[in-house]
Amino acid sequence: MRLLFAFSFGLLFGCGILISGMGNPAKVLNFFDVAGTWDPSLAFVMGGAVLVTAIGYRLIFRMQQPLLAQAFTLPTKQDLDTRLVGGSAVFGIGWGLSGFCPGGLVPVLGIGLIEPLMTFAAIIAGMLAARWAISTRYRTDTAQA
Amino acid sequence: MTEFTPLLSFGGGVLIGLAAVALMAVHGRIAGINGIVSGFLTTQLNQDWAWRTAFLAGMIASPLIFLGLSGQLPAISIPSSPLLLVVGGFLTGVGTTFGSGCTSGHGVCGMSRLSGRSIVATVTFMVTAATTVYLTRHVFGG
Repeated sequence: MRLLFAFSFGLLFGCGILISGMGNPAKVLNFFDVAGTWDPSLAFVMGGAVLVTAIGYRLIFRMQQPLLAQAFTLPTKQDLDTRLVGGSAVFGIGWGLSGFCPGGLVPVLGIGLIEPLMTFAAIIAGMLAARWAISTRYRTDTAQA
Repeated sequence: MTEFTPLLSFGGGVLIGLAAVALMAVHGRIAGINGIVSGFLTTQLNQDWAWRTAFLAGMIASPLIFLGLSGQLPAISIPSSPLLLVVGGFLTGVGTTFGSGCTSGHGVCGMSRLSGRSIVATVTFMVTAATTVYLTRHVFGG
């Protein structure tokens, strides 16, 4: 039951991505190309998504707990560190090169083209490399502490 | 050139928002796709892994719904070379892991909670993405 819900929410999210144009790299790159072939559409994606989520979250957080889970799992970190800013800066460079962000890419995998699969494999490689780097640094830090 | 599609894009954004709200209401989770993919890459095949896998399967199946409703597959045009896709993808994986989120996690869910971290992250990756596109299209590519 829980899984059927999760599947349908993924389906809904993916349809939103495909209808909005977030899965189309040409459109994404044109959104960022203010000095060239600018296509402001994706500002409307962000606007629609944030509007609905901001209102929806506000209503949901009045509930004691989620319908099918013990508690809401939310990020607790508040501090702005170099990892957050540096990581986000690197992500933006990658996004600007490929035109695919993770959420835009996953639904496109279902179309069966080779380029999205390549990009997804590279994202996974990057994730695993970063995970390894973080765990190595953490071990070094604690060893020195 | 791509066509300006404010209504379709806004409508798609609303669906993304509804999915994010539904995931929070039912599962109590943030709809950050990077985090969901990252959590899928684990050796611990527990309940968390199961909902993430189901969510990703739904996303991957979504072109079928699109096909059923519109009679065609979504138009995808990929301007970047395979090399740029791989380099860009790798940087995306590294950056979102260090930065703890992507467009959906920070941009949609985090900004909707007015998280300071997410607002800073979103502004940062928007600026570097726009700068990258400017450099590749108008300085080096032009």
